[in-house]
Amino acid sequence: MAGPGLKDATAIVGIGQTAFARRLAEDEKTLACRAVLAALDDAGIAPGEVDAVASYTMEETDEVELAKAVGFGDLTFFGKVGYGGGGSCATVAHLAAAITAGQATVGVAWRSRKRGSGPRPWTGTTAQLPTPAQWTRPFGLLRPADEIAMLARRYMHEYGVTRDHLFNVALACRNRANQNPAAVMYERPLTREMYMTSRWISEPLCLYDNCLETDGALACVVVSKERARDCPQRPVYVHAAAQGLPAQHHGMVNYWNDDPLTGPAWTAARHLWKHADCTPEDVDVAQIYDAFTALVPLSLEGYGFCARGEGGAFTEQGALEIGGRLPVNTGGGGLSEAYVHGFNLVNEGVKQLRGTSTAQVPGAATCLVTAGEGVPTSALLLRS
Amino acid sequence: MLTPVTDTDGGPFWEYAARGELRVQACGECGELRFPPRPCCPHCQSFANEWRPVSGRGRVWSYVVPHPPLLPGYAEQAPYNVVVVELAEAPRIRLVGNVVAHAGARLDSVDPARLRIGARVQAVFSGGLPQWVLA
Repeated sequence: MAGPGLKDATAIVGIGQTAFARRLAEDEKTLACRAVLAALDDAGIAPGEVDAVASYTMEETDEVELAKAVGFGDLTFFGKVGYGGGGSCATVAHLAAAITAGQATVGVAWRSRKRGSGPRPWTGTTAQLPTPAQWTRPFGLLRPADEIAMLARRYMHEYGVTRDHLFNVALACRNRANQNPAAVMYERPLTREMYMTSRWISEPLCLYDNCLETDGALACVVVSKERARDCPQRPVYVHAAAQGLPAQHHGMVNYWNDDPLTGPAWTAARHLWKHADCTPEDVDVAQIYDAFTALVPLSLEGYGFCARGEGGAFTEQGALEIGGRLPVNTGGGGLSEAYVHGFNLVNEGVKQLRGTSTAQVPGAATCLVTAGEGVPTSALLLRS
Repeated sequence: MLTPVTDTDGGPFWEYAARGELRVQACGECGELRFPPRPCCPHCQSFANEWRPVSGRGRVWSYVVPHPPLLPGYAEQAPYNVVVVELAEAPRIRLVGNVVAHAGARLDSVDPARLRIGARVQAVFSGGLPQWVLA
């Protein structure tokens, strides 16, 4: 391997976010501007110094509009990562790579969505993608919940994962949201009875297995480790970063290869740990992409916290709670803080390593953040 | 109800389905079956392909039961089942579909409680779409 690569070469020095709600009055672009400016203010860096931006798809605001509005300088690196929620961590990874390679000095990554008050993407029938929709949608497999429920049923069948295991995920996220005043579900506790008697969305997934639908925006600022020392906040280093698109993978409907239950997490994890100085046992806290509860046990397997098929059992005995084996989604995650395509998980990872989370894991020094499992994905290993 | 928006690769599947035939794309060189169809073989990189008839026998690999909110034509039939069927000849070839009481029956014509992973099914055809009946 040539040189140290990305390892600890860059740091996240600023984070920003808007309010999260089912409906916010401002439009997507305005929310993006507010989150980006808040992140730059947190970093103590002027907008005119920004020369790199990274975003991900399914957002209407492009970098030209954002740059004009907030007053960025001349941009020499800009990129957009595909596959919706799979791209969250990759935005930071791309900025880290660009800055390490000397292509830019100050990078901003952001996410703005009107997913709470805007249209649900699956209701679009005119812009139906020909592939693979022709193999799924005519049969009524219409929504992301249906597509992932298919994998969840098979996963439960093969490994004895139960609805109680999925509830453990939903509950841990909700408990953390109940500690986080910014979370949509701050004042709404969840009980096992509520979970077990809630309405189905797509059996075997019920209402509480599904993420929220949220309006909101977040952003973060990435600079070199040298520059980070001059910033007001404690730097949170990008220790390792990875993307993962496994051979023969099909996004969301990964039904067509030898082993559909080993998804993109496995590919990203191999790269991530190969480039890290630590192992899953060293991770103090994790932010695991949770558009659906079932993605969490699958991701726990993929990132090496347990063996194949043990993701459900891993969630038992409060393992995902504060004080448990691996506290997860300490701001509430997509299930209970806000569903902003996973960017709130990135910022929550930064808060944990600054020591400022509303559900702080004592002494947290290493945090794994993951992007959407079930689609071409990405992950970050952050260290203080 | 949504009809398949086909493309160059998928077109032949739907043309055969319209004639009541279930066929799967296979490499014209090494013979490896592949799904969904694509321009060349991921195993030997050959661009030659053929459409091989299969028996239509399979087993349920997994299934879901969607509930509203759904698109109107589907919401009206919900809850209904959607299955992934593994073909008997090639367990890695899996087709999304619906288990129905008989060809042309509604999506909700089989009680989801009758479905099991591993259940044997047989392909039937209606309106150009493959469907599945319990075998």
